[in-house]
Amino acid sequence: MHEMSLAEGVLQLIEDAARQQEFSKVTTVWLEIGQLAGVEAEAMKFCFDAVTRGSLAEGAKLEIIATPGTAWCMNCSSTVVCCERFGACPSCGSYQMQVTGGDEMRVKELEVA
Amino acid sequence: MCTTCGCATGEVKIDGAEVQHDDAHGHRHVHTHADGTTHAHGYKTGHTHEHAHSHDHAPRYAPSHSHAPGMDGRRMVQIEQDILAKNNAYAARNRKCLLNLGIFALNLVSSPGSGKTTLLCKTISMLGDVPVAVIEGDQQTSQDAERIRATGAPAIQINTGKGCHLDAYMVGHAMDKLDLVKDSLLLIENVGNLVCPAAFDLGEAHKVAILSVTEGADKPIKYPDMFRAASLMLLNKIDLLPYVDFDMDAAIAYSRRVNPGIRVICVSATSSEGMDEWLAYLRDGMAVAGTAKRQSPDPCNQQIAELEVPL
Repeated sequence: MHEMSLAEGVLQLIEDAARQQEFSKVTTVWLEIGQLAGVEAEAMKFCFDAVTRGSLAEGAKLEIIATPGTAWCMNCSSTVVCCERFGACPSCGSYQMQVTGGDEMRVKELEVA
Repeated sequence: MCTTCGCATGEVKIDGAEVQHDDAHGHRHVHTHADGTTHAHGYKTGHTHEHAHSHDHAPRYAPSHSHAPGMDGRRMVQIEQDILAKNNAYAARNRKCLLNLGIFALNLVSSPGSGKTTLLCKTISMLGDVPVAVIEGDQQTSQDAERIRATGAPAIQINTGKGCHLDAYMVGHAMDKLDLVKDSLLLIENVGNLVCPAAFDLGEAHKVAILSVTEGADKPIKYPDMFRAASLMLLNKIDLLPYVDFDMDAAIAYSRRVNPGIRVICVSATSSEGMDEWLAYLRDGMAVAGTAKRQSPDPCNQQIAELEVPL
């Protein structure tokens, strides 16, 4: 949805970490993006390349780890796997679902030089 | 430029004045890009520190364990931080400020043309003596802030330039510029956009999604993130129901599908129908904010206590 702002957020976290941990070049960035986070991996890569140009992360490889979506179905009273945000429960068809996982957007780790 | 929605940074203005970006703010990067020298210095500094830190390598992560100068000393750094952490920190700061002042703040989100500004003008005039301040978000022009000021309420305009949403940093700046009154109401009119503002917490008590009957009833399932993030949906322009083909029940059912707990109030800013329920919602929220302020520790006493610790 707003991958440009997210890519800037990623670069900001990288720059903060560079100051604290004293590294000067980032070669790979691992992001953990939930399947229900509404983030397009391709758009994210495109924006990341644009935002990091001229920074310490220029040319860094962006690895996106997709985490599966899970939700609590109120009707079944159980946790179910959910591939589509706001989709129906795969076992009972109800829409009374609360997303419990798979909506995260995190910078997991970096390979730095 | 974002390929999905076209959003970008830069050009943020609050009441026509450019926002001074501090080091902690994300939009600084754009300026850094243009400055090649700064980066060159950064690299040099980093290289001198590289060797000292090569000892921290966890064996499974170290692609090269050479400690010899000039060799590739790559290592892994654990971050484990939410991408929106910075925005959320600014939002938490805004929320604390609002709590200390007992202000009930709402973030109004909708597509362009749903009647947000007209509804705000009507709300302000019907609230009478209740102190209200407004933060207006638009890509360009200060027309909306001027419309609000005409009602007598203080308003500040944020122009996001190419940006497609307000963020907590911009709102914090706008809050500083507005002379916020204790126990008042703060209404933040976000940029007309049903996608991006959903993810950005501004420090508000609630997001309010506005859907007008001249739009499609299926918008809640087309743009589910926004209706999921909102605690209240205002169905606006209901005076036009006889002239449009809008299925109210379907719209409400769709919104409940994405957000089972969403409250719905049907209003018309033109005919005032339903406005009493909306005003009661605002007054209830203000009462809750006032109670929360009384129950939280006095910020002045808290600050004195913090300063006294080292003494």
